Amino acid sequence: MSAQQTSAALAAKRILIGKPGLDGHDIGAKIIALTLRNAGAEVIYTGLRRSPLQIAQVAVDEGVDAVGLSILSGSHKELVTDVIGQLRELKAHGIKVFVGGTIPAEDHAYLRGLGVAAVFTADMPLETVVDALAKSLA
Amino acid sequence: MNMRDQTPAVPLAEPVLSPGNRSGIPVPPSVDASAVQPERIGKPGEYPFTRGIFPDGYQGRLWTIRQYSGFGTAEESNERYKFLLDQGQTGLSVALDLPTQCGYDPTHPMARPEIGKVGVSLSNLSEAEILFKDLDLSKISTSFTINGTAAIIYAMYLAVADKQGVPRGKLTGTIQNDILKEYVARGTWIFPVRPSMRLIADSILYSNEVTPRFNPISIAGAHVRDAGATAAEEMAYTLANGLAYVDELRARGGDVEKFAKRLSFFFYVHLDFFEEIAKFRAGRRLWARFMKERYGVQDPKAQHLRFGVVCGGSSLVAPQPYNNVVRVAVETMAAVFGGAQSIFTCAFDEAFQIPTEFSAELAVRTQQMIAFETGIARTVDPLGGSYFLEQHTDRMEEMVLKVMAEIDAYGGVEKAIEDGWIQMRLAERGLERKLDTDSGKNVIVGQNHFRKTGEEVGIGEIFTLDSTVAQRALEKFQRVLDTRGQTAVDASLARLSHAAANDRESVMPYLVDCCHAYATVGEMVGCLKKEWGEFKEPVNL
Repeated sequence: MSAQQTSAALAAKRILIGKPGLDGHDIGAKIIALTLRNAGAEVIYTGLRRSPLQIAQVAVDEGVDAVGLSILSGSHKELVTDVIGQLRELKAHGIKVFVGGTIPAEDHAYLRGLGVAAVFTADMPLETVVDALAKSLA
Repeated sequence: MNMRDQTPAVPLAEPVLSPGNRSGIPVPPSVDASAVQPERIGKPGEYPFTRGIFPDGYQGRLWTIRQYSGFGTAEESNERYKFLLDQGQTGLSVALDLPTQCGYDPTHPMARPEIGKVGVSLSNLSEAEILFKDLDLSKISTSFTINGTAAIIYAMYLAVADKQGVPRGKLTGTIQNDILKEYVARGTWIFPVRPSMRLIADSILYSNEVTPRFNPISIAGAHVRDAGATAAEEMAYTLANGLAYVDELRARGGDVEKFAKRLSFFFYVHLDFFEEIAKFRAGRRLWARFMKERYGVQDPKAQHLRFGVVCGGSSLVAPQPYNNVVRVAVETMAAVFGGAQSIFTCAFDEAFQIPTEFSAELAVRTQQMIAFETGIARTVDPLGGSYFLEQHTDRMEEMVLKVMAEIDAYGGVEKAIEDGWIQMRLAERGLERKLDTDSGKNVIVGQNHFRKTGEEVGIGEIFTLDSTVAQRALEKFQRVLDTRGQTAVDASLARLSHAAANDRESVMPYLVDCCHAYATVGEMVGCLKKEWGEFKEPVNL
């Protein structure tokens, strides 16, 4: 996708970046939020220490197209399961879920099995992340 | 979809030597003698300590090799500590799990997925008794990486010592206890800034009296650095935070000549060699000058910037992991030329997994080779007087002062944090660094340049814990609730609340009493939250 196509694809999209659990490392979440905003999306950031229910509730209330979860504490399996469970409870079936952070390679398939659209790690270029979201939300 | 298969659409810039460093300081291709101002430099061990705080450098005393380790249950950590002590190590380093760091008991819904994950769960005194069982606390030094609940964990340590019959005055160790950087970069804040500053002042002043050999704070720049701050910003934010603590302590009746001797600092060392050395030399000079000129401090020991460092962190990358061995060795040399008092070297695989025994040992060996084989530690500040280094130290000092002036102009550290101004600056810096890495402007060998095709590195094992850890922690916790004397708990918590409501009273003795009564971290934090409220994170991206 060219930068123009990417911007066009993200232009009308609302994306929630969430920090579930107690993990306090937020620089990655903020970098992704700023990047997606610069790419044309409307971005909402939850701030630290949100419960899965709080994140799902904000996602529904704000009518977002996607939720990006940033987790670096090693608790990604539990927390992603819970957020997706809460989204289902709230019947928010159209909202795509992305995960970023310290996620071991062997857990990527597990997370995708839960319904996660893509998993990102810190070494990936931001362009790759933006492109993947744009394609997924197009 | 597999993201790793995608190549960037834009070809990376060719690697070039940039004419300046990330701190924004121009680096000329040549510097001559006119750049050196000898009167600014001074002698080692003399004001303004540009060349080090001791006249005899490391020949007088080598730096401390301090490795960070340990997670799981108190029982497992206790076994590990006994092993390390048997091996001749004298300093322990305790990592706490996130519920303990954020002030939640294991039974809290937010705690459940995180129990015992990134450190030990120390929810009450009984866990601390297990952690330090059969260890002589008068002989070991214990370093706790703890901030939001530092005063409580310190109180718990005193209570364990009391129970073991160890005089409090004999205790040595460190609590990180630096809340300001938690608001900016590490995220384990609990209370609003004002009462948090009080809690830190209470704990430092109490420690000065009761445990005079204990370091009650380690003012840390490491976390903002790892999040994206430049070396100059790391030093500037840290010194600004340090001055904020000094002001708070003085406002609460502390004697700066006394408490300043127990302030310690903590920084990262990344790979830009002279930028790092200049950062430490400039920082040492600036702190000494602040102490002397701003507060009239006379005792040289109270003018010293004593600091530990971490070599590695975000300067290490997962692709071609053995390259990290070289990075850490160069960073360790920069720490030595910079005059660090203690050094922690990251293992080369730390960027993508829990270090193995092999990589952890290599990290220690790196320090030992640099200490005893290279000879660079023999003479104090051997690069002192170098045209370039002295000029670079001056430029670094100017840059640090410039950043500090920007914080002052905004209204000071506390306001900048409450408004989210520093947090936003840091996020922008992090984005800038990431974009420079993505574009290839910031060269990282093996990651964005000089990468072989078909190389695949994924994140390996992280925090894979016995799944019964949480269950066992919850069972032990329930047992404590069932067997402790509830009347004593309630009474001690009531006295804590009363003290917290009175701004001129120290909460420390009451926290120690609560610990003795087996009140939990969550209960103590709950009392303080009732009096002080909670920090409202400014989310203004």
